[in-house]
Amino acid sequence: MSDITKKTLSELVKDIKDKKLSSQEVTKAFIERSEKSKELNAYITEDYSSALDKAKKFDQKPNLNLKLPGIPMAVKDLFCTKNIRTTAGSKILSNFVPTYESTVTQNIWDEGAILLGKLNCDEFAMGSSNETSFFGNVQNPIDKNLVPGGSSGGSASAVAAQLTPITIGTDTGGSIRQPASFTGTVGLKPTYGSCSRYGIVAFASSLDQAGPMAKNVKDCALLQEVISTFDSKDSTSIDFKRNEYSKNLTNNIKGKKIGIPKEYRIDDMPKEIEELWQNGIEYIKDCGAEIIDISLPHTSYALPTYYIVAPAEASSNLARYDGVKYGFRAKGENLIDMYEKTRSEGFGAEVQRRIMIGTYVLSSGYYDAYYLKAQKVRKLIKNDFDEVYKKVDAILTPSTPSSAFKIGEKKDDPVSMYLNDIFTVPVNLAGLPGISIPAGHDAKGYPLGLQIIGKAFDEQNILNIAYAMEEKIAFKNKITDWWIK
Amino acid sequence: MSIDLKTIKHISKLSRISVEEQKAEKLAGDLNSIFDFIEKLNELKTENVEPLTSIAETTLKLRSDEVKSKNIREQIIKNSPQDNEDYFVVPKVIE
Repeated sequence: MSDITKKTLSELVKDIKDKKLSSQEVTKAFIERSEKSKELNAYITEDYSSALDKAKKFDQKPNLNLKLPGIPMAVKDLFCTKNIRTTAGSKILSNFVPTYESTVTQNIWDEGAILLGKLNCDEFAMGSSNETSFFGNVQNPIDKNLVPGGSSGGSASAVAAQLTPITIGTDTGGSIRQPASFTGTVGLKPTYGSCSRYGIVAFASSLDQAGPMAKNVKDCALLQEVISTFDSKDSTSIDFKRNEYSKNLTNNIKGKKIGIPKEYRIDDMPKEIEELWQNGIEYIKDCGAEIIDISLPHTSYALPTYYIVAPAEASSNLARYDGVKYGFRAKGENLIDMYEKTRSEGFGAEVQRRIMIGTYVLSSGYYDAYYLKAQKVRKLIKNDFDEVYKKVDAILTPSTPSSAFKIGEKKDDPVSMYLNDIFTVPVNLAGLPGISIPAGHDAKGYPLGLQIIGKAFDEQNILNIAYAMEEKIAFKNKITDWWIK
Repeated sequence: MSIDLKTIKHISKLSRISVEEQKAEKLAGDLNSIFDFIEKLNELKTENVEPLTSIAETTLKLRSDEVKSKNIREQIIKNSPQDNEDYFVVPKVIE
């Protein structure tokens, strides 16, 4: 097995720019490893032969001024890719071939990257274990029969297993940060409005955000600066001055004030997570930053709020899947029967549950009691953050309340599955940026992550803190290549 | 609060998802456990709180009113499960 796939994105970019490696060599290496890794089920759709063609074309006339020159990359199958099937992990979109490209992926190809294929995910990004995908479970490369987290489970698995040097996922309630934590990788959820939502299959529009997933913080910073652009095709895209995050990356965080929210010390939190958090606090102090105890009093209301807001928006967004204009259609006796059978056969159980919750909380007589109530509590949650950000520059928490669990372990208990996102959901509700970095292992040797939450549009600051901590933590992922025959 | 089979039938109709009888019971159980969890919000008094309707506190930008996608009829129809010339075809609606 070649060493090419072990390299970080930044190393590969440098090697291609220095002409030590060609795009074809790099692309071939990742394809070969992906071919030997089918057992992980990380890919839904492979596009290898056209990737090789593109790499060949790149090498014939290489533009080395680009940020991702000839770099092969697989992306979550929630991003519409022109003429390449895009399924969102659902039967209802299993035959959908977009005629347009998402802004985020277009930005990546414009900087010279090459599509390897589309990565598995929970159906419509609804899940925390990748088990709701119509295309089957994804294996976590850390251990056999372990979930990679979700919903960007295929993305996390592919980065950790070195099937792609870097990738993009989407995060509505933790779908980048939780799988990053479960696989020992780095994942950034940017500020709401930082990355365009145009061409991303919609789940909950006021929460959805695309973001990079990588082997390290520097790679994450580089991809973030490529994907974050103002886009008039997304009415919630925000026109602010974007940084060259990778160029401005520094491990100097002296004097920064980092908040530790007491409400994140939940009941029954495993001792390992508590220790991980304490270690994180020590690393921050070692870097010369200051630790400040803070309170985010409405934290425990975040998950119940999320499970009203997200399904409500989903029920509205997913109304478009009616079997008429695109996607799967079931046979029906009449138009209504066709709609009902199409949606019943086309959506999986979790998606149906969420559409029904959303429909109920928006229905006549219940709107005020549920949806309006949730929007008010969402305001209180955002106010909590606004208040503490008068005193601190960023917040440090664990990324998840546990390490990765076994496939099937939580599948039949939706609420216990939802609790996975207890530390990540408040960040989406408040529209803030958050990054998960690998910070240690539990007794089983499974990775655990720490989350740094920033002020809106302050990605540079949390990337810097993550960069400084990464150096101190010196995390090594324990991957044995058990799935390679 | 409790979601019974009658409510399941009602939501199923509103969301245009047919639910078979044998699955309705399980679904009601799942939804009840989720709503039990959501009920926690009632602990909070929110009479005087403004609802958060938009996370990005900016006014919407106006764009010029011009057509940018032209002649994309073929693209629009390309993914349809059933079409006839330039039309989507659905089961007969008018007797």
